[in-house]
Amino acid sequence: MAGGPSRELLAELATRPGRDTLTSTLVKGAFITVSLLFLAAMLFAPLITVFAAAFEKGYEAYFEAFKDSDTLAAIRLTLTVAAIVVPLNTIFGIAAAWALGKFEFRGKSMLITLIDLPIAVSPVISGLIYVLLFGTQGWFGLWLQEHDISIIYAVPGIVLATLFVTFPYVARELLPLMQQLGNDEEEAAITMGAGGLMTFFHVTLPKIRWGLVYGVILCNARAMGEFGAVSVVSGHIRGLTTTMPLHVEILYNEYNFVAAFAVASLLTLLAVVTLVVKTLVEWRTGYRKR
Amino acid sequence: MRFRFLLALGILLLAGCGRSGGSGEALSLLNVSYDPTRELYRDVNAAFAEEWQRQTGQTILVKQSHAGSGNQARAVIDGLQADVVTLALAYDIDSIHRNGKRLGPNWQTRFPHNSSPYTSTIVFLVRAGNPKQIRDWPDLVKPGVQVVTPNPKTSGGARWNFLAAWGAELHRQLGGDWSKLDDPQTAAQAEAAQAAAEAFVATIYRNAPVLDSGARGATNTFVQRQIGDVLLAWENEALLAVQELGPDQVEIVVPSTSILAETPVAVVDTVVDRRGTRRAAEAYLQFLYSPTGQELAAKHHYRPTDPEVLARHRDKFAEIETFTIDQAFGGWDRAHTRFFADGALFDRIMGVK
Repeated sequence: MAGGPSRELLAELATRPGRDTLTSTLVKGAFITVSLLFLAAMLFAPLITVFAAAFEKGYEAYFEAFKDSDTLAAIRLTLTVAAIVVPLNTIFGIAAAWALGKFEFRGKSMLITLIDLPIAVSPVISGLIYVLLFGTQGWFGLWLQEHDISIIYAVPGIVLATLFVTFPYVARELLPLMQQLGNDEEEAAITMGAGGLMTFFHVTLPKIRWGLVYGVILCNARAMGEFGAVSVVSGHIRGLTTTMPLHVEILYNEYNFVAAFAVASLLTLLAVVTLVVKTLVEWRTGYRKR
Repeated sequence: MRFRFLLALGILLLAGCGRSGGSGEALSLLNVSYDPTRELYRDVNAAFAEEWQRQTGQTILVKQSHAGSGNQARAVIDGLQADVVTLALAYDIDSIHRNGKRLGPNWQTRFPHNSSPYTSTIVFLVRAGNPKQIRDWPDLVKPGVQVVTPNPKTSGGARWNFLAAWGAELHRQLGGDWSKLDDPQTAAQAEAAQAAAEAFVATIYRNAPVLDSGARGATNTFVQRQIGDVLLAWENEALLAVQELGPDQVEIVVPSTSILAETPVAVVDTVVDRRGTRRAAEAYLQFLYSPTGQELAAKHHYRPTDPEVLARHRDKFAEIETFTIDQAFGGWDRAHTRFFADGALFDRIMGVK
């Protein structure tokens, strides 16, 4: 560190913050106002509209909407799909992130790109893929029909389509974390005689815990909210293959606005809960890092 | 090889889940229908279940699926297990026959009235007070009038709209004499009439602010988003919109002439034979022709084919001179290749926008 700034320069620098306070405050204020106004217009207003429309005809009408058997079936289906998809994608996500973060092999960067594919392609295409594979005119269509198995226009198709579109979330969250944390601790554990599973549960899992929770939350939110891909493979059979987002559209198209927004408000609540949990997780992670 | 195996394993696993979650042993039918019939079939299904219980002692559950007519036909072709289809136009059921042979070619002769238990027609929906003074078809091409109609490529109702507009102009040009279309002696007049009809329809579509993918979407565009001056709509959609939104918002204008929109039904042979539901499926479609079924159709704004039931609801369904698709266009196949196939007239109209 030879030389260094002169005394005069340091003195000059020290006065700067004071001199620029007015401008910087104005700029700061302007930025905050703009972002808040934008948020209010684009986010809060629509959110309030959803709840306002849902409660338009009072609490009774709101809760009446949830007594409809088709609505209940839609809620049940959405929960079922999430319950199947989220654990599977958690396992796949950990496996993928592990493979990519800890090992070197040919085609690795290709695989990383492929993981992002479901986010890159339109959900409608994600749905059509399965129609092309399992539809009667598709590759496996005839075989499936002969064996009396239905994939698309039934629950398995919805699960598959959701699985596809939500695949990247866990893997994407874990991958940078795994790469960043490196292998040292795992190697130490194995040197000291721990088995593979033991190393995973006692060394790796605690390290990636919060990243994992974050990925699972995102995955769950998308699984419950997915519309496009599910719409293509659903067949729209009421009470059987309509998930909550599809059911909202159906109700809306039937002029049943209160019920449509009631179901929408449930989805919104879910999103809000997800956000709260996400914030908590972020807060925890930040806290632990310090 | 390994990938195939894993894939197959996964499929079996998922299929297992799907099956165990199925509806068990109760007799069920799936009715795959088009967009505006949801309210109708909710009532029909309940009434039919009661009737079936009385006749056979069995409980039956009829499930419904609704989307654009063309989309639904596509889904059935791709394997949606519909026992019966109740679609917006014969062409869509024909295409289920053509692609995959799920029902016999003679499906339209199996039930009365071309297998159409109820019919509809195309009318106008305008804003309350009819501010643009729209009375009949020629008013649609007045300067400053915007017509809302869905996209005939995807929507069955939109095809009826297109054909109704074309046919109405033909009708006007020919003085209502359809025989002139095929008479060699009036060939020149017929040709001029077709050209006038093309210009008329082209003007409507070029002034259309938006082409929604389905009939219900177009109704929402017109009513909720307040776009356009006239909505070309199924009579049943228009009556429903007035009923739901009130006459202080929208009103119906019945043109002097319009198309007879036959909305046919059919049993999907391959599905009912595999599931063993043929008897119930046929009874279900027959039920639509019964007095109860016809009354329900009238209640939900479809014109019953039973003249007695229709007479009882004369105040609801205005007298209107209708023409059929066979009279004006020589059937669906010809209309499709001429207007709606890829690169056909509709594409050309939209191309020169």
